[in-house]
Amino acid sequence: MKDHDSQGRPIVVVTGAGMITSLGAGKHENWRQLAAGQSGIKLIERFPTDGLKTRIGGTVDFLLKEAVSSPELSHALAETAADEAIVQAKIGAPGRFPGPLFIAVPPVEVEWPHRETLARELNADGPITYPDLWRNVAGRHGDWHPLFLYGGVAERIADRFGTLGSPISLSTACASGATAIQLGVEAIRRGETDAALTVGTDGSIHPETLVRFSLLSALSTQNDPPEGASRPFSKNRGGFVMAEGAAALVLESLSSARARGATILGVVEGCGERAESFHRTRPNPDGKAMMASMTLALEDAGVTAGDIDYINAHGTSTPENDKMEALACSAVFGDHMASVPISSNKSMIGHTLTAAGAVEAVISLMTIANQTLPPTINYALPDPTISLDVVPNSARAARVRRVMSNSFGFGGQNVALVLAGEPV
Amino acid sequence: MRHPRDVVITGIGLVTSLGVGNDANWQALRAGVAPVIDLAVTPPFPVHPIAPIDYDQQIPRKGDQRQMEPWQRIGVYAAGLALQDAGVAGNGELLGRTHMVTAAGGGERDIAVDEAIMSGMRQAQNKGAYLNERLANDLRPTLFLAQLSNLLAGNISIVHGVVGSSRTFMGEEPAGFDALRIMAARIRAGQADLGLVGGSYSAHRPDMSIIYAFANGLIKDHYVPVWERAAQGGGMIMGGVGAFLVIEAREHAEARNMRVLASLGAIAVDRGARSPGATADRLSRLWRGVAPAMTNETMGVLSGASGIATATTEEHAFLTTLARERAIAVRATGSRLGHSFEASAPANVALAALALSRDDFLPAFGNDVIETAAATPSHILVTSVGHWRGEGLIMVGKA
Repeated sequence: MKDHDSQGRPIVVVTGAGMITSLGAGKHENWRQLAAGQSGIKLIERFPTDGLKTRIGGTVDFLLKEAVSSPELSHALAETAADEAIVQAKIGAPGRFPGPLFIAVPPVEVEWPHRETLARELNADGPITYPDLWRNVAGRHGDWHPLFLYGGVAERIADRFGTLGSPISLSTACASGATAIQLGVEAIRRGETDAALTVGTDGSIHPETLVRFSLLSALSTQNDPPEGASRPFSKNRGGFVMAEGAAALVLESLSSARARGATILGVVEGCGERAESFHRTRPNPDGKAMMASMTLALEDAGVTAGDIDYINAHGTSTPENDKMEALACSAVFGDHMASVPISSNKSMIGHTLTAAGAVEAVISLMTIANQTLPPTINYALPDPTISLDVVPNSARAARVRRVMSNSFGFGGQNVALVLAGEPV
Repeated sequence: MRHPRDVVITGIGLVTSLGVGNDANWQALRAGVAPVIDLAVTPPFPVHPIAPIDYDQQIPRKGDQRQMEPWQRIGVYAAGLALQDAGVAGNGELLGRTHMVTAAGGGERDIAVDEAIMSGMRQAQNKGAYLNERLANDLRPTLFLAQLSNLLAGNISIVHGVVGSSRTFMGEEPAGFDALRIMAARIRAGQADLGLVGGSYSAHRPDMSIIYAFANGLIKDHYVPVWERAAQGGGMIMGGVGAFLVIEAREHAEARNMRVLASLGAIAVDRGARSPGATADRLSRLWRGVAPAMTNETMGVLSGASGIATATTEEHAFLTTLARERAIAVRATGSRLGHSFEASAPANVALAALALSRDDFLPAFGNDVIETAAATPSHILVTSVGHWRGEGLIMVGKA
C-alpha cells in the first residue's frame, strides 16, 4: 500500500468522524435512525411560529437547555461533533490537536432577542433608532462583541481543541461543509500538515432565517405532518426543510495515520469544485457547473464514473435543485447511472445548510462501513422526469466501495467529493 | 510535490474613502491628503466613507447593482479593477480557471425595518407573532442575497465571470490575511495557477457599529491618527474599502507576457488569547518566519493597526523592537483609510505592491516616532493584527 496517490500527492484518510443532527448526537445513533428511515423534522417549538408559512424544521433542541443565539448553538453543535471525531481518532493530546481547523459556520449577526433587550434598556416611549441603541450600550454587553463576530465560533473551537495556527471560518453557502473538507485535503496534500480538523456546523433556525428563505420561496410549507415535508426527487416536492446539525472529520495523511496505528475510516480520494456565473440562487439550466464539479472530483480521485457505487445527493427537495442534480448526474454518469443508486439524507434530517456537506460526508462513510444505502423517505409520488434509483423509502444492503457526495449552494457554488473505504 | 513556485501580484483594484482606483489612491496618499471623515452618518462615531463610485464602469447592468448592497458593490467594483489591471477581465479562458478567495463579513440590514420593529415590539401583545408578521411583510426578498457572506464572491462570478472556484473566508481581519495565505499556498504548490483575492467593507454600517460599541471599540466625535489613540483609551474608525488582487505563479504570468507588479513573499499567521505581551510575542515569532535576508536598506512597513488599545499598543511595541534590529519606516494606513476588517490586509498588500512597482513609498501619517523614517524600500512588511483575535505578517517584495 502506497502513501501517495497516482498524482504523487499524500493520500488523505479519515481517522475520526462525529455528527449531530435532529435525529440525535453521535454518528452511530444517527446511522441507526437513518437506516430505519426515521425523520427528525418536527414542529418548531423554540420560538413562536404564529403567522409563518413554514413552522417546521430539523431543530436540535436536546443539546442546550435554553433558547440561545445561533452562534452559541452552532458552537455547541460543532464542539459535540468535533469531540466525537477527535476521541475516535485518538489523535494528539486533550486540548492539543496537531493540525489546523477549517470550519464552515453560518452567517452571524445580532439577533432579535438581543435587539429587543437593547430596545427595552432604552426605557423610552418614542421611536427607537440605531444611534439610540449604541449611545446607550457604551461598553455594556461586552460579551456580545465576540459572540457576534464572524470569527467567534472558530476561535472558540480552536481554543477548546487547541488546533494549530489561524482557524479558517468559511462559507460557500450550502456547499460549505464540503469546502471545509476540501481545504483540509488540500493542506495535507501540500505537505503543510499531517492532520486537519474539518467541521461544518449550523444552528441558525430562528424567525428571521425562516422568513428570509420563505421570501425566496425556498422552503417547504407542507407543515402537516412535519416528517413528510422533505420529499427529494418526488413529484410533489415543495422546497427544503431548514435543519440544524454539525459534523466533523479528522483528516490525516495515510502515512501519519499508519505510523501511529490509527484506525482508518475511509479515504477522501477527490474533491471537485466549480463556480458559476448564471444567477444568485438558481443553477444554469445547462447544468455544466454541477457536472464540472463532479467530473473534476472524479479526475482528482483518479477514478471514473464506473467506479462510483452510490451517490449521496445534495437532494434538497426543491423543484429546481433535484431536477438539475438529476440532469447533471445523468450527464456525468451516462449509462452507468442506471446502476448507481442515489439517495438524499435530507429527506430525513432536512437541510443542515452550512453543515450539510460535512454531515453527508460522515453519512457517506457510514454507508460504506455498513454496506447499506440510507433511503430517500417520503418518496410516494415519483417525479416522472427523474428516472433515478433513489433508494425509495427503505434502506437497502449494497456493495459500496466508493461514494460521490454532492453539495450545491446559492451564489453558484458546486462541490463534489469522492469518498472510499479503507485503502487496500 | 513540485518545487514551490514564486507567487506574484499582477493586478490591483483599490477603492477607498480617498478615491476610486489605484492611481487616485496612490496620489492622494502620496500627497498627504487629509483623511475624509464623516461625522454625520453614525454619530458620535466618525467613519471614512467610500468615495463616490460610478458603478456602471464595472457593473454595467442596473439589475445586478440593485441586487447588491453597498459592501458587495464596492467589492465587485474593486474586483473588476483588479481583473482589468491583470489583463484577465473579459478573457473567458483565464476567468474559467481563476480561483477566488474572498474575505467577507455579512451584508447590510434594512435599518428602517429594524428600527420600526424594535419600536413597535414594545406595545405588541404577542411579541413573537408581531415579529413574524413584520419580518414577513417588511423584508425585501432579495435583501437576503445581499447579506449572505458568499454572495460577494457570487456576484463577482456573475458580473465578471470568475468561475474557476469560489470560496469565502469569514472572520474579520484574519479572513483577509488567510485568504491571501491559502490562495498563495495553492499557487505555490501547483494546486492553482491564477487567483483573485480580496475583500470589501462599507463603513456606513449601523448594525456593525452596535457590535463594536458593545466593546467600546469605536472612537467618538473626532479623528486622531491610529498610534495616538491608545492614550485616549483606543478605538477604531470604520473605513469603506474595496481591495482585490490578482495573484499568480510567476511562470504563469511570464507565459502570458503579463508584467509583474510585486512578488508575494512569506505569510505567517497565528492567533491566541490576548494576555498582556502575548500579541507582541506572537508577532516577534511570526517575524522570524517572514524576515527577508538582511539588507542595509530601510524596510517599509504598512501597518493595519486598528486603533484598539491592546492590539495597537502591542503591535507598536513589536515594531519598536524590530526597529532596533533593522531600519524600518512604518505607515499605519488606518490613519488615512480607517479600519476595514476583512479588507484590511488585502488593501495594505495592494498599497505595498503599488509602492514597490513605482519605486516609491508613502509619507508619514502621524507624528509617532516609528513613522518618521523615509524609505524607498525593496521589501514591505504588511501587518494585520485583528482588533480582537489573530495576527498576520505578509512580506511583499519587488517584482
